[in-house]
Parts: sequence; structure tokens; C-alpha cells
Amino acid sequence: MTEVRVSVAGVTVRFGAVAALSRVDIDVPAGERRAVIGPNGAGKTTLLNVIAGELRPTEGLVHLGEQDATPLPAWRRARLGLGRTFQRSTLFDQLSVAENVTLAVRARLHGGWRFWPARERAVNTEVEGRLEAGGIAHLARRRAAGLGHGERRILEIELALAAVPSALLIDEPMAGLSGAERRLTLERLQALPEDVTVVIVEHDLDAVFALAQRISVLDHGVKIADGTPAEVRANPRVQEVYLGAI
Amino acid sequence: MIRGRFRAAWRPGLLAILTLALASVPMWAPRFWIYIATQALIFAIFAMSLDFLLGYAGLPSFGHAAFYGVGAYACALLALRQVDGLIPLLVVGAAAGALIAAPIGALSLRTTGIYFLMLTLAFGQMLWGLAVNWTSLTRGTDGLIGIPRPTLAGLDALNISLYERGPFFFLCLVVAILTFLLLEMLARSPFGKTLEGIRDNERRMRALGYPSFRYRLAAFVIAGSIAGIAGSLAAMSNGYATPDLLYWTVSGLALVAVVVGGARSLIGPVLGAFAVLFGQLGLSTYVPRWELILGTLFIAFVLFVPRGLVGLVRRA
Amino acid sequence: MFLLAAGLSIIFGLMNVLNLAHGSFYMVGAYIAYSVVVATKSFWLALVVAPVLLAVVGAALELVFFRRVYGRGHLAQVLLTFGFTLVFVDLIRSQFGPTTRSIPPPSGLEGAVQVLGATFSAYSLFVLAVATVVGALLLVGWRSLRVGAVLRAGVEDKEMAGLLGINLPRVFTLTFAFGAGLAGLAGVIAAPEFAIYPGMDANVLILALVVVVLGGLGSIEGALLGAALVGLGYVIGTSLFPQFAIGLIFALMAAVLVVRPSGLLGRRM
Ligand SMILES: Nc1ncnc2c1ncn2[C@@H]1O[C@H](COP(=O)(O)OP(=O)(O)OP(=O)(O)O)[C@@H](O)[C@H]1O
Ligand SMILES: [Mg+2]
Repeated sequence: MTEVRVSVAGVTVRFGAVAALSRVDIDVPAGERRAVIGPNGAGKTTLLNVIAGELRPTEGLVHLGEQDATPLPAWRRARLGLGRTFQRSTLFDQLSVAENVTLAVRARLHGGWRFWPARERAVNTEVEGRLEAGGIAHLARRRAAGLGHGERRILEIELALAAVPSALLIDEPMAGLSGAERRLTLERLQALPEDVTVVIVEHDLDAVFALAQRISVLDHGVKIADGTPAEVRANPRVQEVYLGAI
Repeated sequence: MIRGRFRAAWRPGLLAILTLALASVPMWAPRFWIYIATQALIFAIFAMSLDFLLGYAGLPSFGHAAFYGVGAYACALLALRQVDGLIPLLVVGAAAGALIAAPIGALSLRTTGIYFLMLTLAFGQMLWGLAVNWTSLTRGTDGLIGIPRPTLAGLDALNISLYERGPFFFLCLVVAILTFLLLEMLARSPFGKTLEGIRDNERRMRALGYPSFRYRLAAFVIAGSIAGIAGSLAAMSNGYATPDLLYWTVSGLALVAVVVGGARSLIGPVLGAFAVLFGQLGLSTYVPRWELILGTLFIAFVLFVPRGLVGLVRRA
Repeated sequence: MFLLAAGLSIIFGLMNVLNLAHGSFYMVGAYIAYSVVVATKSFWLALVVAPVLLAVVGAALELVFFRRVYGRGHLAQVLLTFGFTLVFVDLIRSQFGPTTRSIPPPSGLEGAVQVLGATFSAYSLFVLAVATVVGALLLVGWRSLRVGAVLRAGVEDKEMAGLLGINLPRVFTLTFAFGAGLAGLAGVIAAPEFAIYPGMDANVLILALVVVVLGGLGSIEGALLGAALVGLGYVIGTSLFPQFAIGLIFALMAAVLVVRPSGLLGRRM
């Protein structure tokens, strides 16, 4: 597996008059676990969208590995090994859970340009293994549209993992999960191979401190701090924004 | 789970009944009804290709008649230049449909949903305008007339002529079955599942590394070429190709056939095509104001049977 | 042309319903004008009667039919309106037959006029004037009056409008009626200039779609700009290669699509 550094340099995103991000620099070396935190509306999701290629920044550059990814469309960045989850679950609602995961696995193995019902043994075995590991094997034949919230969130993450990314962007995986589901999700994320670069946005600070090696803090589209968990905790501006919650 | 087993139960049964019923038509039906059944089969092929777009790729094209009509004109032009082999005529219809579908798809697919619908409608009417106005090629509203029925080497040896209604009906039935099998295969293939994924959630598919635009375009071109084949058959069946074939109401009727029959089933559109064609040709023979009645029926259908005929079967 | 596109755009933009029967309203407007002129010889009476009648028809259709399919997705709505186009065309055909009709321009506007050395029919100038006045009124109304504010609230955000205590069902009915009335007005005005026949609805619907696509949906300014472009394209096209004037318009549309898929003045989709 290739290692992928994720970095944005001088990124500004404007929606009309609102600047969702202003001149943000974030550099995540290959294999690092980075958390991005900040209050609601700080620009965290926007940042992930810029890295993933869903939003073109008004200004600034995005690098994946050594490559300038700024002009690349989302699907090309995915081919470079970038995976992501969405803050609001986005699944394939009409398809079964197994078919959902199959699409993700197939994307990596040979894409969708096969015009006859192939017997894809490699794909099928892998899908079964992944459903098992994610604890959702019993849901395999259920339609995604009929899943409960927690089940959707877990499938959301499994879809991203099934693509076996070298760099993974995760948007609020814990939101709305029960205690048991949180533990399961945390385990899945901690089980990721060491060399996978992870950028995680999360409000649950316990999860953040359990996972992250470094933390970046956004507020109103501006990066106000960047450092190890201890440094960020001690930073007066962060304490101001979080009103002592840390 | 339940749905899966249920599906497996009703589908082959319905298919078998449908095929047998259709195959027996030439044995008992009067000539006029064989003709209508032939037209309905051709329309069914056309509607199935649209269902592939609408039901699987999630693309509501309102300009599908363009490819149908272009296929008919291509077939007519070639047939009038003394090409009489069945296979070349069908192939040229398919090629023409695909050739036109590629640029129209490339432009229309820059948008989605209702915008896509509007664009395909507009492009379809543009081609209709072209068929009316490009008189040196199409002879305008008079259309190309006097297209002979094609020949097929093996059949000639057996002394079967496609000039007769029975054999031509069977030809259409065979093409319809082949189309069904082809589309069914595509729908179950990785390609078909990819299209369904894009229909359900394009963002996610792109995030997984699928170039959605290319897949959609491929689906659009495939559907266009099958519509072209249906157009070829229509030209052979009628003996003429006129701009009427490209008119927007033809696209609309096909959409109605798909929705009335039940989208994303491939069988539904066949039922729908028969319902619409019998409604149209059947009514127009007996009552003068058929469009009025048909229009009213559509309205009632949209209001009261949202899931289509297949939906009724599934529920029963 | 602009009137028509504006009506279509407003209905679509506000209610998110693509109304294929919009062309039918236009056609019916032209036929009403024809009937009124034949019966009373008064074009001006037609100019009042047709829009009012169509607004009533539009309101009735919205109340009885369209209301039921708002939640059912675009396709059901489009097919519903498609059913209506079939019904309207057939009704017209059964009443008036398939032949082309025409009415003379109203008295006082028959002649030709010299403007800047070129000759125009007085009636064309009248059409231009009416379109400009109505266009200006719409634009002003859209931007400043309360109606405009309500409609804009509807376009921008249906839920927000609901929260502000705006009676959305009523607004929808009125919008639909208003759009239908505009189409009727366009039909009357076009009647002395163009042929009246049972297929006119489709032609004009397509042109209106192109205008809307060009200009951007839900934007009155866009509809204006689009109509001007299409009109211009049509004139230029007709003088250059008469048979394919429509081709030029479509080339224009294709070009706009490549550069700006959401239309010249449209919001990003
Ligand atoms: N598509 C858009 N159009 C206009 N404004 C937007 C858009 N997307 C985001 N914004 C604005 O940009 C700002 C940042 O939004 P973003 O979703 O990135 O915040 P966030 O940090 O992810 O918040 P949350 O914790 O609530 O998920 C917000 O003010 C939001 O209103
Ligand atoms: Mg967010």
C-alpha cells in the first residue's frame, strides 16, 4: 500500500458572502491520525469536502501524497487511495447491505465495466468477511433504506473501509450512536493499519483523544490551533472557544 | 429478504405466461390484431430500453423517441438503397441510435433529474424539427415511403417470408425476447449494479472512485441503440418512416408505458406498452376522441396506481 | 415568448413542478382569442377574457389534480401534465378541427411602420411593447412588492416560507393560476401574428423550455435574457439559413450547457 500525505495550503472557500474557510493550512503526514475539531459551523465538513474533491476551493491548493490534487475530480482522488465517510449517512438505499459493500469492494478490485453477471468469488468472499468484521453480517440482505440510525452509521464506515483507503476522511462517526455502537466504531477505527492516514472530525472528545496523535482546531473558518492533544488542551484560545469543556 | 424470495416467485411465472400468450397470437387473432400486437411488441422493445434508463440508471429521458425515429430513418434510407438483409438493417438502426445518443447524452448528462428531462425533451424536439425540415434527406412531413420488408437468408431457404404478418410478428417477438434477456443480463451485471449505485447516491459512488458520468453515458448510448433497433423494426413494419416517430408525444407515451407498467422491472414496460398501444390503436379504431380518453386514463393512473401494473401483481 | 417562459419558470421555480401543459394553456389562449374575435370582433375583449379564463382553469387544475402529486416526485407530475396536454389538444381538435386558423390584427394596428429605415408591422411593435411592459411589471413586482417577496420566499426555501406564516397551498394555487394566465395572455397576443393550430402547443413549449434552460430556472431576469437570446437567435438564424433556424438556437443552448450547466443566471444546482 502506498502512503499518502494529506495537505491543504492557503485554502479559502466562500459561499457568497460567507467564508466557510479562510486561508487554512493543514498538513497531515502519511500514517498520522489527525483530529479536526471546532464548534458547529466552523468549516470542518467543508474542509473534508475540499480534500475529497467535492468542493473546489476559492483559493488554495490540495495535495495528496506529492501530487497536486486541486484540479482532480472526486473519483480520481478516490483512485489515488482517498476514502471518506459522510456526516449524514449516504448509502445506496434501494440496494441490500451486501450489495452496498460489494459496490465499494468492486470499485477497488475491477470497477463496474463488466456487462454480464460475473461470478466474482474474490469480491464475494471479501464482502462476507467485511460484513462479519463490522458486526453487520445478520443485516446482509436487508435494504439499506430500512436500517436504523446506528446501523446506517456503521454501514457508512464499512463502505469507506471496504475501499481499503490509504488516507481516510471521517466526518462525525459517533454522532447519535449508543455506547456499545461507539465502542464498536472506535475499535474498527483503531484496527486500521498503522500506515493509513486518518483525518477525523468528531465532537466526542473522548473518542478524539483516544484516536488522535495531533489535533487541529477550526473556528469560524480559521485555524486557531494545531498540535499534540496536550498542547491543544493547554491553548488559551481553544479554551475560550470551548468554554473549558476540555 | 422477503422481497427477494417474492421476486423470484412471481417473475419467471409471469414471463412464461407472457411469452406463451404472445407466441400463440398469430394462431387465433384476426389479421388486424396481429398488426396491433406487432406494433405493441416494437413499442415494448422501445419501452424496455427506456426502463433501463429510468429504472436502473435513474435517468428520466423525455426525448427517447429521437433514437427510435433516427433508427427508423437510418433503416429506411438503407432499405431504399437496395439493402435488404435483416441483420444489416437492424445493425444500422442500432448504430444510428447510438451515434445520436452519444452527443445528446454528453450534453444532457451535465445535469440531472428534472433538468435532464427538460433537456432530452428539447433535444428530441430538435431532431423532430430536423426530420421535418431537412427535406432533401427525409422528404419532410411526407416521410420516406415504400420501404420493403427485409429478407433473411435462412428463412428464405425455408420458404418463410417476412412479408407475411405471422412471420414478421415472430421476428419482433424474437427481438423483444433477446432485448429482454440482454437488458436483464446488464441489469444484473456489475455494470447494472454500478448504475443503480449512481442512481441511489452519486456522491458516494464518486467518493468510491466511480466516474459516474461515463457510466451514465454508456447506459444512455446502450438505451439509444436499442431504441434504434426498435425504430428499424417500426420502419420495416409500417413500410415508412415519418417525423411523427420522433414527436415528443411518442417519448411521453413510452414513459407512460414504463411508469404504468412499473419501472425497474423490464416486464412492466412490456405490459405497459401493450396497454398503451391497445389503448391508442384499439381506441382510435372505435372511438374518435381517443387521445382524450387515453389522456384521462393516464391522469387517473398517475393519481391512483403509483406503482404501476407490476406493483399490483407484486401486492396481489 | 418571454411571457410564456416567465410563467413556466415561476411555476417551476416556486412549486418545483414542470408543467408540460403550459404550452396547452398558450394554445387554448390563442383559440379563445379566435372564438372571441369571431363572435364579437373585439380583440381587446379577448385580451381580457382569455387570461382570466385560463387563470381560473389553472387554479382549478391545481386544486383538483396537481395538489395530490406534490409529494410523489417529478416524474409523476410530469406525466400528469403530459396527460393534460393530450386531453387539451384533443379537445381543441374536436372543437375547431385540425385546420389552421388565424385572426387579423386589431384595428389601428394593421399597417406597417417605418422605424430607423426598417419596416415593421405595427402589430409586431405592439407585441414588443406589451412584452416589455409586462416584463417590466413582473420584474418590479418580483423585486419590490409583497407578492414578489412571498414568491421569492417560496422559491428560496419552502419551509422558511411556511414558518413565516405564509399560506403555501394558497400561494401555490395562485402561482399556478398566474402562470396559466400569463400563458393565456401570450396566446392571445401571438394569435394575430402566428398561425393557430392544434400542434402549436408543442412548438412553443419547447422554445419556452430552451428559454428557461438558457436563462436559469426560477429566475425572471434569466427568463428575460433567455427570451431575448432565443428571439435574436431565431431572427439571425432565419435570415442566414431559413430551414435550420431552430438549429442555431439549439447550438446556443448546447454551448451554454457546456459552459454553465445551471443556466446563465441560474443558481448553482
Ligand atoms: N453549500 C453551502 N452553501 C452555503 N453555505 C454553506 C454551504 N455549506 C456550508 N455552508 C456554510 O459554511 C459554514 C461551515 O459549514 P460546515 O458544514 O463546514 O461546518 P461544520 O464545521 O462541519 O459544522 P457541524 O459541526 O455542524 O457539522 C457554515 O456557516 C455553513 O452554513
Ligand atoms: Mg459538519
